[in-house]
Amino acid sequence: MDMNEIKDIFFQECEEQLAELESGLLKLNDGDRDPETVNAVFRAVHSIKGGAGAFGLDDLVAFAHVFETTLDCVRSNKLDPGPEVLKTMLKSADVLADLTAASRDGGTVDPSRTSVLVKELEALASGQVPAPTAEVAAPVAPPAPKPAPAPAKPVAAAPTDESGFQPIPFSFDEFGGDEPEPLAMEIPLCDVVFKPRPELYSKGNEAALLLRDLSRLGEMSIYCDMDALPPLDQMDPEGAYFFWKIAIRTEKGEEGVRSVFEFAEWDCDLEVKVHEVVSEEEEGEELPMQPVPFDLSALDDADEEHDHHDDHHHEDVAAAIEAAKVASAVVSAAANAPAAPAAQAAAKPAAAAAANADSSGSGGANPTIRVDLDRVDRLINLVGELVINQAMLSQSVIANETSGATTINTGLEELQQLTREIQDSVMAIRAQPVKPVFQRMSRIVREVADMVGKSVRLVTEGENTEVDKTVIDKLAEPLTHMIRNAVDHGLEMPEKRAALGKNPEGTVKLSAKHRSGRIVIELSDDGAGINREKVRQKAIDNDLITSETNLTDEEIDNLIFHPGFSTADKITDVSGRGVGMDVVKRSIQALGGRINISSRPGQGSTFTMSLPLTLAVLDGMVVTVAGQTLVVPLTAIVETLQPEASAIHSFGASQRLISIRDSFCPLVDVGRILNFRSVQANPTDGVALLVESESGGQRALMVDAIQGQRQVVIKSLEANYTHVPGIAAATILGDGRVALILDVDAVVAASRGQTLGGDGALAAAS
Amino acid sequence: MKKKVLTVDDSRTIRNMLLVTLNNAGFETIQAEDGIEGLEVLEDANPDVIVTDINMPRLDGFGFIEGVRKNDKFRAIPILVLTTESDAEKKNRARQAGATGWIVKPFDPTKLIDAIERVTA
Repeated sequence: MDMNEIKDIFFQECEEQLAELESGLLKLNDGDRDPETVNAVFRAVHSIKGGAGAFGLDDLVAFAHVFETTLDCVRSNKLDPGPEVLKTMLKSADVLADLTAASRDGGTVDPSRTSVLVKELEALASGQVPAPTAEVAAPVAPPAPKPAPAPAKPVAAAPTDESGFQPIPFSFDEFGGDEPEPLAMEIPLCDVVFKPRPELYSKGNEAALLLRDLSRLGEMSIYCDMDALPPLDQMDPEGAYFFWKIAIRTEKGEEGVRSVFEFAEWDCDLEVKVHEVVSEEEEGEELPMQPVPFDLSALDDADEEHDHHDDHHHEDVAAAIEAAKVASAVVSAAANAPAAPAAQAAAKPAAAAAANADSSGSGGANPTIRVDLDRVDRLINLVGELVINQAMLSQSVIANETSGATTINTGLEELQQLTREIQDSVMAIRAQPVKPVFQRMSRIVREVADMVGKSVRLVTEGENTEVDKTVIDKLAEPLTHMIRNAVDHGLEMPEKRAALGKNPEGTVKLSAKHRSGRIVIELSDDGAGINREKVRQKAIDNDLITSETNLTDEEIDNLIFHPGFSTADKITDVSGRGVGMDVVKRSIQALGGRINISSRPGQGSTFTMSLPLTLAVLDGMVVTVAGQTLVVPLTAIVETLQPEASAIHSFGASQRLISIRDSFCPLVDVGRILNFRSVQANPTDGVALLVESESGGQRALMVDAIQGQRQVVIKSLEANYTHVPGIAAATILGDGRVALILDVDAVVAASRGQTLGGDGALAAAS
Repeated sequence: MKKKVLTVDDSRTIRNMLLVTLNNAGFETIQAEDGIEGLEVLEDANPDVIVTDINMPRLDGFGFIEGVRKNDKFRAIPILVLTTESDAEKKNRARQAGATGWIVKPFDPTKLIDAIERVTA
């Protein structure tokens, strides 16, 4: 693992944290005041700052820091996250996302946006908080100062310079031995008195280690005062009875000496006195004690002996002290080197084996692993091949079967079941909740609403609905476009809404749910609905229809899916980007999906998208039409029936209806629609498949015969050939032949007199 | 025998950095993602020193340190707090919870290793 890989991980993690941040803020926006929500939001920003600091991403650190400071005020209940506060925070989250993206991909973020928000955030943090948090802000880039948006705050009560928050670029090349300090000519002499208190030991600090560190500052002599040591029977084994007097010659001075005791300064009495700088000749006389070299090697040995036995350890410490000509008894060392090492050493053998196992892995409730998508895709492809192969095998066994070879049959059935299970499991790997896409939409709504001066609330539902990752990835773009449209064109201006008696704040609702083996995504707004007059006029202007064309409301609504159609009077920044609803429709269709619109004047519009859960397999009914083998998706079929001659009724010139249980249903000859034959077949010779289309209408599709029902692996026709109207995809059957998968909705739409295909003509196809 | 470090941090980025830094410096590294997991793996990991973050879900650094100190076996183990929160108040709280010392994020490898060396024999 190198720095670049860790950086990749960092940015991945940022994505997650940003999502967490946004969803947390949205929860707060909905009135959630759970402290854990606030904490999660704070942690997200905090984490990003921490990682960014390690990579020297100063702009990101600076902004995250200001954001974090304000969030800390919320966390400590100094700032109430009201709607205005959250508005700023949500915008800040967007900027944070942009800064992260800019750091990752290069590029910049408009500094004015950042600085505006920095001011807003700082106002929030300071305006309502008497004393800003003591956290030290110093987003000052050490080399080549950049225009860091956040001003540096003064170092608060922090005792040492160690606590200054300075982004230091992290590099693994920085390892190296400690450079020995060059000896200066005149080195100040310090007298140090160090009296540990018992707490020092109970917090895991060690007098001997502190003295070792001190000895690294320069030449020193040391004296241990043991007068306070009580008789053994009165001694508290965890007490602190010794103190040390040290004379050290170091150019680091008092500050350097104190920094050694940085971790311990609260738990000991420490006196540091610096003598006047003296010349070399005099220094010997100035030393209050005999300079005795402090034997470091004794402690270093302890390093290695550490694991063997606690006795060793004690002896080593004792040796160290003995070297300082003070200690003579093991017991004294034991008093000052208390339980910690002993306990540690004693515990060692017990867990030696277990520690290596996989203690580094997560022991969390729901362990996960990250897998390259390529590997999953490879697996899915292979399983697809397996399914085809298994089908071929079954077929050839059936063809060759002469006797009742039941074992082979049983085996085959089991194989089939196993294959099916493997397939389902593999598909489950790719299934992901739609949440991330939905979350992205809330930002789009905010931005567009801001741009056009509307107040909009996005409500999401069913964000945990799972669907194939490919579908999710490809959903973002059409959804973005539709959301933009909904906010820009769908909703009215706040004043107008108020005048109409509506809530000035518009609502855009995005929902996902599973319905009969597909995922249905609905996007609705409570705006004005489609202005049918305007759409119709526009269609006439664009020669899509003539002024005589008679269209139903539904048909008019669907005109907006025609290429190059835009009803907005003026092209706005937001939606007038040359991408029309036709592109949306095409991208949904490319996913094997369908899109429909329903609109009620004054009440809003609803777009309904129905998409397959996976793009890999499908349960289908294999049928024969005019000598061709077709597959009809099973999810579309309601029932199958053999039409009686008496049930068939003619209607108009070429329409035929079939009566099913007291209702009439249009009969559609699939062979005719697909131009497999020029004359309609006799319905009583074939089988009718009663299908329900996404728009709700029922149709009876006429086919010649049903071959059977099976699971097929979907092979995209677009990717391998080209889009064929009325055909959704292709597949390979067990006998190795290619069969086309029927696009039921397209066929139904065609039968209704709408176009089959994308030529823009509204000619009836049936 | 390598010294064993238990790191507790919820950030994958920081965990990886700690891992690389510590492994390069010749330590054996055991990692946990939050305070709860830290306490869970503590016995088996049996570390020589602990490096922990403060801000974590489920159980934060303060709670984790208190938990470690309650365990007789580890009540005197050196614990370093690794955090960007460097103001005196938070340091003080960490100390009261029983932290041995701290490393201010963003750490550089030298600082991290130095601090560990400082508190271990």
